[in-house]
Amino acid sequence: MFGDYSLGDLGSIFVMQGFAGLILFSVYVLMALGLAIIFGQMGVINMAHGEFMILGAYVTWMTSNFFQTYLPSLFSGYFFLAMILAFVASGALGMLVEWVLIRHLYKRPLDTLLATWGLSLMLQQAYRSVFGAREVGVELPQWMLGSLHVSDSIEVPINGVFVMCLTVLITVCVAYVMYKSRWGRQVRAVVQNRIMAGAVGINTEKVDRYTFGLGCGIAGVAGSAFTMIGSTGPTSGQLYIVDTFLVVVFGGAASLLGTIASAFSISQTQSTLEFFMSGSMAKVLTLLAVVGILMLRPQGLFALKVRK
Amino acid sequence: MTDNRFFNRSELIGILVLAVFLVVVLPLTLDVFRLNLVAKYLTYAFVALGLVICWGYGGILSLGQGVFFGLGGYCMAMFLKLEASSVENTKIQSTPGIPDFMDWNQITSLPLLWQPFHSLTFTILAIILVPGIFALIIGTAMFKRRVGGTYFAIITQAVAAILTILIVGQQGYTGGINGMTDLRTLKGWDIRPDHAKIVLYFFEVGLLLACIMIAQFVRHSKLGRILVAMREKEDRVRFSGYSVANFKIFAFCIAAVFAAIGGAMFALNVGFMSPSFVGIVPSIEMVIYTAVGGRLSILGAVYGTLLVNFAKTSLSESFPELWLFGLGGLFITVVLAFPNGLAGIWGDYVQPRIDRLISSRKPKPEGWTDNSVADGAPAE
Repeated sequence: MFGDYSLGDLGSIFVMQGFAGLILFSVYVLMALGLAIIFGQMGVINMAHGEFMILGAYVTWMTSNFFQTYLPSLFSGYFFLAMILAFVASGALGMLVEWVLIRHLYKRPLDTLLATWGLSLMLQQAYRSVFGAREVGVELPQWMLGSLHVSDSIEVPINGVFVMCLTVLITVCVAYVMYKSRWGRQVRAVVQNRIMAGAVGINTEKVDRYTFGLGCGIAGVAGSAFTMIGSTGPTSGQLYIVDTFLVVVFGGAASLLGTIASAFSISQTQSTLEFFMSGSMAKVLTLLAVVGILMLRPQGLFALKVRK
Repeated sequence: MTDNRFFNRSELIGILVLAVFLVVVLPLTLDVFRLNLVAKYLTYAFVALGLVICWGYGGILSLGQGVFFGLGGYCMAMFLKLEASSVENTKIQSTPGIPDFMDWNQITSLPLLWQPFHSLTFTILAIILVPGIFALIIGTAMFKRRVGGTYFAIITQAVAAILTILIVGQQGYTGGINGMTDLRTLKGWDIRPDHAKIVLYFFEVGLLLACIMIAQFVRHSKLGRILVAMREKEDRVRFSGYSVANFKIFAFCIAAVFAAIGGAMFALNVGFMSPSFVGIVPSIEMVIYTAVGGRLSILGAVYGTLLVNFAKTSLSESFPELWLFGLGGLFITVVLAFPNGLAGIWGDYVQPRIDRLISSRKPKPEGWTDNSVADGAPAE
């Protein structure tokens, strides 16, 4: 299959596909970060994670419309406000859901799956009723359009670069919050031993609520970034949810580094394969490889050594 | 349940009531169209029944039952499709004698995989064995390495996603997103007219009752009790010298085979098979049927399936917007408030009153639904 291309062409193909893979990687990482916190740390299977992401996307869309209509002079900077709003909206909804639904189910992890699946159906229908069934796209500000010329055969879209920078920034923030801040220590303490954490004076219920809220909020930011590279519909979140779970499981559920590494390998494999065969076969092969590796190494790439 | 009989009295009554309901009441009261709908719903009941054993008793939540339903259904559909694509029926194609979708996709000869499906015996064996062996492979790979709980659920979900993408992508071999349509005859016997639908309905009810018997057998045998013990305290069962993995593999395989039988009956009753019954969404819906019926109740699974599907059909006919809200709300309510589903409500509220009505002197039969099932899934 390499026969028809010269060496230089192949190099460009790999760079371009690698870049496409990097954008996919950014989306995976952003979605998986929230899920790694919720699933990896709390053990809750949040099937509605994609819907939280879509909420962020819709918030971004509404903000962009608002700026376009009322504040066209500030339009070039609307995205930063939209991101914050998306985080707040998804995070708030997440905390509400935790309070109404999830906190009753911590002892039954498999049941969280069913309940959040029900939630995701309701949210999808809510989006459809409010925003309509058609996909909506966000108008990008002028400076995000166009692409950078690296060489004759390699072009890099600016919005892709922006999304990637954003991903790096958010990942660093999350890593700092989880591993350096006092609050992150509390979260990890609650995860490792809920009873003891409560005994030393940590308000475990509050920690749970904020952790879930943070995970959902990051999903909202992911949705916000997602609008930069694709359009949003009521069921867009569903498309990514299984992939995201696989990313988290493949990386080793409790490891942030593992999540990033697995998002990178999965997205790169998929986008490289996509050039040489149909998109569906590329996806099948990637997923098969992931499932195969998980069967050989169920704990994932980077497993924490814990005694059970 | 101290004795080794397969039913106690109330279970026997329950099965008889169900049998009368399915064999006498429904055919007498419904027209053929509605009866065929019931037949379609009952194919899901096979899956729900398998999930009772696998999830309710074994504590293994599989989100990939659609895979087995699909494998069974596709095996049956391949046989029927080959019979429908005889040379006389497909004269107008550029290659007569192969299924129409292959002709549309410029395939000129029957693929090797399809060849054996000319034989009905092979097809029936394949319906049982293909999903069974597939489940055996997945189960062995996962349970021998002590993967369970949420991880298993996610991996089975991924398998469902893979199979769906594969079927949709390989249009020339599988019929793609439209699936296999226009299935006509089974060994020359037309499956489309009304009387055939009725015969198929009774055949299916017979199979379902047989599967219920098998499930009863599993539940009351030592095997069933080891499954329950495993669900509650896996390590203690392991330390007692049982091979936990093998029991889990068995439960998973039997659930897979039940699902495959359901899928095959689906292809016969409905007359087509498509990837929309394979993927993640239908797989989770099948779990919901079990959850609504009561994950520990064999009969509850059947009633739960019928109830959810009736609600789905009637609600989505009259209020298409509200249906998803209703379905979502139903899941949440069942999970939060009634973890044992309909059977739990029956066992907690209705059964005791009936017992009291029938005889106040006899001791109350020990209700198995009273077991602690709130945390039915084993903690990982």
